[in-house]
Amino acid sequence: MAIETADIEHVARLARIGMTPSEVADLQTRLSKILHLVDQLQAVDTSGVEPLSHPLDAVQRLRADAVTETNQREAFLAIAPATEDGLYLVPKVIDQVE
Amino acid sequence: MHKLTLAEQLAGLAAKQFSSEELTLDYLARIERFDSRFNSYITLAPETALEAARAADAAYARGDAGALAGVPIAHKDLFCTAGIKTSCASKMLDNFVPPYDATLVSKLADAGVVMLGKTNMDEFAMGSSNETSFYGRARNPWGTDCVPGGSSGGSAAAVAAGLCAAATGSDTGGSIRQPAALCGITGLKPTYGRVSRYGMVAFASSLDQAGPMARTAEDCALLLQAMAGFDPRDSTSLDAPVPDYRATLNDSLEGLRIGLPKEYFGGALNPAMEAGVRTAIRELEQLGATVKEISLPHTGLAVPCYYVIAPAEASANLSRFDGVRYGYRCENPRDLYDLYTRTRAEGFGTEVKSRILIGTYALSAGYYDAYYRKAQQVRRLIRNDFVEAFKEVDVIAGPTTPNPAFCFDELSDPVTMYLEDIYTIAVNLAGLPALSLPAAFVGDKPAGLQLIGNYLSEARLLNIGHRFQQVTDWHQRRAPGLD
Amino acid sequence: MEWETVIGLEVHIQLSTQSKIFSGSSTAFGAAPNTQASAIDLAMPGTLPVFNEQALNYAIMFGLALDAEIGKRSVFERKNYFYPDLPKGYQTTQLAEPIIGPGHVDIEVDGVTRRVRIHHAHLEEDAGKSLHEDYHGMTGIDLNRAGTPLIELVTEPDMRSAEEAVAFLKKIHAIITYLDISDGDMSQGSLRCDANVSVRPRGQEEFGTRVELKNINSFRFVERAIKCEVTRQIDLIEDGGTVVQETRLYDADRNETRSMRSKEEANDYRYFPCPDLLPVVIDDAYIEALRGRLPELPAARQARFERDYELSAYDAGVLTAERAVADFFEATAAACGAPKLAANWIMGDLAAQLNKEEVSISAAPITPELLAGLIKRIQDNTISSKIAKQVFEAMWAGEGNADQIIEQRGLRQLSDTGALDKIIDEIVNASPDQVAQYRAADEGRRKKLLGFFVGQVMKASRGQANPGLVNELLTAKLDG
Repeated sequence: MAIETADIEHVARLARIGMTPSEVADLQTRLSKILHLVDQLQAVDTSGVEPLSHPLDAVQRLRADAVTETNQREAFLAIAPATEDGLYLVPKVIDQVE
Repeated sequence: MHKLTLAEQLAGLAAKQFSSEELTLDYLARIERFDSRFNSYITLAPETALEAARAADAAYARGDAGALAGVPIAHKDLFCTAGIKTSCASKMLDNFVPPYDATLVSKLADAGVVMLGKTNMDEFAMGSSNETSFYGRARNPWGTDCVPGGSSGGSAAAVAAGLCAAATGSDTGGSIRQPAALCGITGLKPTYGRVSRYGMVAFASSLDQAGPMARTAEDCALLLQAMAGFDPRDSTSLDAPVPDYRATLNDSLEGLRIGLPKEYFGGALNPAMEAGVRTAIRELEQLGATVKEISLPHTGLAVPCYYVIAPAEASANLSRFDGVRYGYRCENPRDLYDLYTRTRAEGFGTEVKSRILIGTYALSAGYYDAYYRKAQQVRRLIRNDFVEAFKEVDVIAGPTTPNPAFCFDELSDPVTMYLEDIYTIAVNLAGLPALSLPAAFVGDKPAGLQLIGNYLSEARLLNIGHRFQQVTDWHQRRAPGLD
Repeated sequence: MEWETVIGLEVHIQLSTQSKIFSGSSTAFGAAPNTQASAIDLAMPGTLPVFNEQALNYAIMFGLALDAEIGKRSVFERKNYFYPDLPKGYQTTQLAEPIIGPGHVDIEVDGVTRRVRIHHAHLEEDAGKSLHEDYHGMTGIDLNRAGTPLIELVTEPDMRSAEEAVAFLKKIHAIITYLDISDGDMSQGSLRCDANVSVRPRGQEEFGTRVELKNINSFRFVERAIKCEVTRQIDLIEDGGTVVQETRLYDADRNETRSMRSKEEANDYRYFPCPDLLPVVIDDAYIEALRGRLPELPAARQARFERDYELSAYDAGVLTAERAVADFFEATAAACGAPKLAANWIMGDLAAQLNKEEVSISAAPITPELLAGLIKRIQDNTISSKIAKQVFEAMWAGEGNADQIIEQRGLRQLSDTGALDKIIDEIVNASPDQVAQYRAADEGRRKKLLGFFVGQVMKASRGQANPGLVNELLTAKLDG
C-alpha cells in the first residue's frame, strides 16, 4: 500500500509530531518501504484465527482494593518542566468541558 | 580480575581473594581507559558503585552477603534507577532522573550487585545497530568500525570489552541476543513475563522482556536467578516458581532432541555463518543430543508481523512523552498543540518518529483490521509453529543472526536492517525463551548460536549453554587490545 | 407540526473504591493537588497498571441491577488522544468487549412506565482536572482524579422527554446508592451525564440529527438543558434551518446551549487492546457470588413498602427512590409504629424543608428518632397536627426533641373537660344570635354552623384545645 504525503501529515498530527516538508518527504520513502514489507501479511489466510494478545494466553490478575501509594508529590514535581502551587503548568487549555 | 567470569568473581569475593571495592575500582579504571573507544556507557555512577562495593565487602565480612554481592554490573539505560539518569538514549529523557527503581534493578540491588552505570542503546530500544542513540554510537570491541548490535549494544560492548562483569538488557525483537552474538558474549531472553517489566521503559509491551548478558551461560543463570519472579506490579508477569538455575547446569544432554528449522538455514544466511553454526551443533551431538530437521512455516512472516505490532504498541507507549510532567519540553510553546508537536519533534530521533508514525498509521481508522488485528492473528500462527515443533523436539537451534557484525552506515535501508532480525523476532512474537551463545567466528567477528526453548525452559537452555561452553572456548576469546 | 423528542444518555459513574482502578493511590475527594497522583497515575516511564478487584465487583453488581448480560471476558483498550489531563496520552477503557452488555431500566413518568434499554456499560479510568485560574496565562493540571474508576453507561435513544431523562438518571442514582458503589453526588462529579438530543416530526421513524449536550451536572440542569436544546432545534428547523451534529455546552446562567469550538480535525482514537493488561475472565460462580451480595434494590423495596406498610404505590415509589430516604422512613416507622403518618411527614414537611434548605436527608437536623418522637405525640393526642408543625420547625432549628419543645412552649393539647367547658360557656353566652341560628337549623346545616363555634374555641385556647373533645362538648351543649 502506498502512503501519500497527506497520510504522513495526518498521522503526524495524530501523533503530535511536528514535521518539516523535507522530513515528510523522507518519511514517505521510508514508511512506504516498511508498509511494502508489512503488506506481506495480507496474503495470509487468518480466517477463524483468534488474535494473540499475551503469548501464554494468560488472563488478568486482580489487585485488592487497598491504598498502597504514598504522597510523593515533591519528588515528582521536582523533575517536571513547569509547576506552580503543586500543579503542572501547560499553555492555556481551551475547549475545556468542565 | 576483569578476565574472571562473574561466577569466578563471586568465588573470589567469598574467599576474600579480593574485595568488591578493588574489583569496582578496577572496572572504573578500565572504563576510564577504554570506553572512549566503545562509548558503551551513557552514565557512570562511581560514587554509588563504590558505596555498594563497600557495603558488599562489609556483608562478606559479616557473613551475610547476598547471592550476587559485590559483582560490578551495568544496566541498560532503559531500566529506571532512582536518583540516576535514565535516558533511553533519547534527548527526550536526557534530563530524566526517576525517583523510583525498576523491579529488576531493586531485585539485583537486593542480591548485592554493584551498579557501575547505565549502558548505551538504540533510542527507546528501537534499532539493531546502536546507530540511533542520542549519545552517539556504541562500538563493537571486535572492530570499532562495526556495530555492536542493538538495541542492547552498549551492554554487549561493555561485557565484551571487560568494562563490567555482566549487564542487563532488554529484548523486544532480538535486542539481547543479536548484540550478544555480534559481540561474542552470552545473552538470554527469558520467557515473556518471567522477569518483571515494571520500571523498564516500554517499547512494545507485549514483546518486551528483560534478561541477562554475560560471558557465560553460568553467569546468565546467576543473574536470572535474581531477576526472575512474579511481580504484583506487572499484570503480565508470570506467577510461576523460579527453579534453581545453577543446580541443573551440569545435567547431561544425553537424549536431548534438537530441531533445526529448515527456514533458518540457507537463503539469506551467510555461508561461513552456517558452517560455524553447524559445527557448533555437532558439538552438541557429541554431548549426546540428537538432531532432526523441523519446519517453522510462518518464519518469513515474523518480520512483517513485528513491524505492525511493535510500532503500534510503541505509538501509544510513547505518547506519555509530551513535555508536561517530566523529560524534554520545547522552548516557549505558543499553545498546547505547539507544546506537543515541537517537544516531540525535537525530543525524538528519526527512527523513533518513523516507528511512531507507522504504528499510528496501522491503528488509524480503516486500517486497524487490515494491520493490527491481522498481525495479532499471524502472531498466533507463528506461535503455533513453535507449539507444533516442541511436540517433536526439546529445543530449536540455529544462527542468532544471518551475518556477523556489519559496519556503521552499511545498512542504510531500514527494511534491509530489519530483515537481519529474521531469526530472533519470531521468538518475541511467541514469547519463548532463547539463548545466544558465542559459537563461531566469521573472519575476525564472532557469531552466535541461538537455542530456542519451550515456555519457562530457561534452566534447560542454560544447561545446554553451560555444557557447550565446557567443551568450547568461543566464550573465552577476548577482543584484542584491552589488557 | 408536532415534534417528538428523542434522547439517549451517556452516564459516567465514579466508583467509590478506596484506591484507583489501576494503581494503589487513594481516590479520596478534596486532597491537595497532585498529592494522590502516584508514578503510575503520572504515567512515569516504565510504570504499569494492575486492575482493582473492587472496581470489577462493583461493575458486575451494577450490571446485575440492570438485568444486563455480564461480560465473562472483558478487554481493556487504549483510546489514544493527547490532552494534558490524560498523562499516558491514552485512556484505558473498554470498547469491543465491555464488562456489561445489554440491559434495561424501567422508569415511570406521570403514571406511564417506559423501558429504557441499556446498550452497554464499561469500565474506564477518569482523567485529571485542568484549573483555569490564571497561572501567568497557563493552565494548571491536577492529576489526583486521574485513574479514578468510572463506569460509563450508554443507553439506547429510548427517552422521549426531558422528564423521562431525569427519571432515568434518578433511577440510576437510586441503583448506585442502593448498591453503595458510588456516592452519586452530581455536584462533586461522582455522577455525570451527557445527553444526545434530537427531534423528529411525530410519526416519523428516522431519527433527526443529534446534538451531544455536555456539562449538565444536576438533575435540574439535565431537564432544563434538554428542554432548551429541544426548543432551539425545533425553532431552527421551523425557521428553515438544519441541525448540525455537534457537541454543545449547557450554560446554566443563561439557560442556553452553545456550540463547542470544533476541533481542528475529527477524532481518530486508534483503539487497540491494552498490552499491559490482559483479558478479564470471570465465570458463573464469580458472578453468582456477587449476586448473593446484592442488597434489596429500589423496585423490590417499593413492593415491600406497599405490602408491609400498606403504602400506596405512589408513596412507596417516592420513599424508595433514594436509599437514604427509604432508610430514614423505615427507621422512623419502626420508632413510632405509625408508617402512614411517618410517610406523610417525610414526603410532606420534611421534604419541603430539605428542598428549601438544600440539604440532603442524611445531613438534616431532624433524625428518624426526632421525627418519631413528634409523631408519637400526635398519636397520643398530646398535640394536634397543626401544633405539630410548630414543633417540627423548632426541632429543625435545634431546640430539642418534641417533648422538650412541647413542654418549654406549653403546647400540650387542652383536654381538660372542666377548662374547656368554661371556654365553651363563655363563647356560647357571647354569641346568642349564632346559637339561635344553630338551634333553628336542621341536622345537615347544624354541622356547618358548628364550625363557627369550634373556630372560636380553638382561637380562645390558642390552638391547643383538643379538636375532637371540643366538637363533642359543643354538640352536647348546643343540642342540649
